[in-house]
Amino acid sequence: MKKWLALLLTLTLFLPVLALADDYAGEIVIGIYEPASGPNGAGGKQETLGIYYANYLKPTVTLSDGEYLIKLVEVDNQSVPDKAPSAAQTLVSEGASIVLGSYGSSVSIAAADIFDAAGVVAIGISCTNPQVTLGNPLYYRICYLDPFQGTVLANFATDEFDAKKAYTLAELGNDYDVGLAHYFTQAFKGKGGEVTGETFPTGTSDFTAYLTNAVNAGAEVIFSPTSTEFAAQIITQAAANGIKIPILAGDTWDSSVILNAAKGTDVSVSVSTFFDEGDSSSKAAEFVTGFKAWLNENPDKLANNGGNDIVAAVSALGYDGYMVALEALKLADSAERDDIAEVMADVTFDGVTGSIVFGENGDAVRDQAFIIRSDNELSAWQFLKVQTVSD
Amino acid sequence: MNNFISANLPYLLAGISVGGQYALIAIGYTMVYGILRLINFAHGDIFTVAAYLMVYMNATMPLYISLPMTIILTVLLGFGVERVAYKPLRQAPRMSIMISAIGVSYLLQNLMWYVTGGLAQQYPTIPFISNTVRIFGATTKIVTLITPVLTLVLVMMLSLLIHRTKIGLAMRAVSRDFETSRLMGIKINNVISVTFIIGSFLAAIGSMLYFSNYTAVTPTAGAMPGLKAFVAAVFGGIGSIPGAVIGAFIIGICENIIKALGLTTFSDAFTFALLIIVLVFKPTGLFGEAVYEKV
Repeated sequence: MKKWLALLLTLTLFLPVLALADDYAGEIVIGIYEPASGPNGAGGKQETLGIYYANYLKPTVTLSDGEYLIKLVEVDNQSVPDKAPSAAQTLVSEGASIVLGSYGSSVSIAAADIFDAAGVVAIGISCTNPQVTLGNPLYYRICYLDPFQGTVLANFATDEFDAKKAYTLAELGNDYDVGLAHYFTQAFKGKGGEVTGETFPTGTSDFTAYLTNAVNAGAEVIFSPTSTEFAAQIITQAAANGIKIPILAGDTWDSSVILNAAKGTDVSVSVSTFFDEGDSSSKAAEFVTGFKAWLNENPDKLANNGGNDIVAAVSALGYDGYMVALEALKLADSAERDDIAEVMADVTFDGVTGSIVFGENGDAVRDQAFIIRSDNELSAWQFLKVQTVSD
Repeated sequence: MNNFISANLPYLLAGISVGGQYALIAIGYTMVYGILRLINFAHGDIFTVAAYLMVYMNATMPLYISLPMTIILTVLLGFGVERVAYKPLRQAPRMSIMISAIGVSYLLQNLMWYVTGGLAQQYPTIPFISNTVRIFGATTKIVTLITPVLTLVLVMMLSLLIHRTKIGLAMRAVSRDFETSRLMGIKINNVISVTFIIGSFLAAIGSMLYFSNYTAVTPTAGAMPGLKAFVAAVFGGIGSIPGAVIGAFIIGICENIIKALGLTTFSDAFTFALLIIVLVFKPTGLFGEAVYEKV
């Protein structure tokens, strides 16, 4: 009797395989390498939501030998570079054909070697630090880079605010913050401006002293490309201390956290981003309405997006990242890592954040950034302008 | 001169205010240590939970309900943590109960991640104390000015409680000698519960003052203030309440002066270097009692 039972149980294990064989030629694993906890957990979740939305729209990919089901495998890199390699290793062992992520450059840099050694192509979604793809031939990236973003923001500071003195504030030891502040400083000084730069230790919540330093330095703009939890503190404390110096930041600040913090205050926050939520071009508009409806259907997803349906730019990028991965599978006509690596550089895709073509170092060619400003009465982002490097 | 004041006053104000908030947390550490010889690592997280309770309750209830409810629930949480995680280990080696405290701390932190999703939440505005005022050309929130005063008032009430009431007498007895006080008919468990209740109550008040000033609530928001408060408690001599308060103000003010001098990168390093130096020269802290080896 026991033997029969055992046999029956073993057979039931094969059932899913049989079911699969009916509809699909097989399964392809796409790894999601994103933080779900730690300081970047919130942003990572928004990016992951974009990937899942794309998967919801396109759950399969058709190769020459039939239709394959895409299986998403998610790992949490916990936002910390020393936890990242083991998370990356998990994806490699799970048999991921291609990996998406991560939000936050430091974890991507930490995982690059693992992906390289395993021969897996990784697509960086919103990690803007140059080190991610530099020297890592299998790491590609669909967003713009920090030298570009820093220059764009420095141009914006001089164009819009006529600023001659700037104050930069970055989190100590965070590659993204420090890198972006560095490129901003370089570009701003190149335009004849003066910059005072300071860093704060992780876990700081009292920014009064830093903001007072900015005032005392005579800064006309504050550039603080920090993660969102510090951003909220910086904004509310600037408001509490009556500081009216405009604050600039990079793509990370394109988040509802910033809007909530700035709501009802007179702090001016301008941010460069990948995507304009109000963009009326058919692709972007279609994505925004579809994504919002998808979010609102499920309270869990809504909670992961921060409890509202404001579309973060990283969600749009996550969507594009997944679509690029599908294009790569189609072009390689295979789920083998080596085949994908061979064709990856030639993949192109016309996404919701613009057209994606890989150039030098596997970085997407991007020549413009959107600048948005927080409207503190409506608690919404307002599109300001498209800024390029040249002007 | 006037310029000098308006340029530097914000540093001092921030220092005093942060010092007061550290003090309210530090008292919780120092009282529990005084009685149980336990460093309650979960204290900083109870402080953060109090902030989340306020955020969520304020979304559905008026302030005059959510405010006292926050305090009551925080006190219940502190009480519950002691009953569940520390009381069963009363006879266990001290290291085990310490590990249990670290476990509770991570449990609370990760529960907050799980429940809230981790995006920074805005702390509700409490009328009056969240308003801004101008003094000597510097702008700040009223809470910055209230914190040190309220801290001192609460500490005075606490010292009255410890020195003038029966439960205070029992607490002092238990902190001296566990076994003897039990022989004298003191219900040790009740005394310990009261200690945790007072500690959590002060953490709840501290949390309201702290987050009214620094309004972003994240699951790890309490970690740093908790650690600094712990440093303050050790600095002042762990087990001594006035020591904890003075230590907290010194650390709060020094930290901000260091930042004002432009050494921003080192402000945290300084706090911990200070701890090492004090402990090297005065191993029991500024006001600590000398420890005699019991035979």
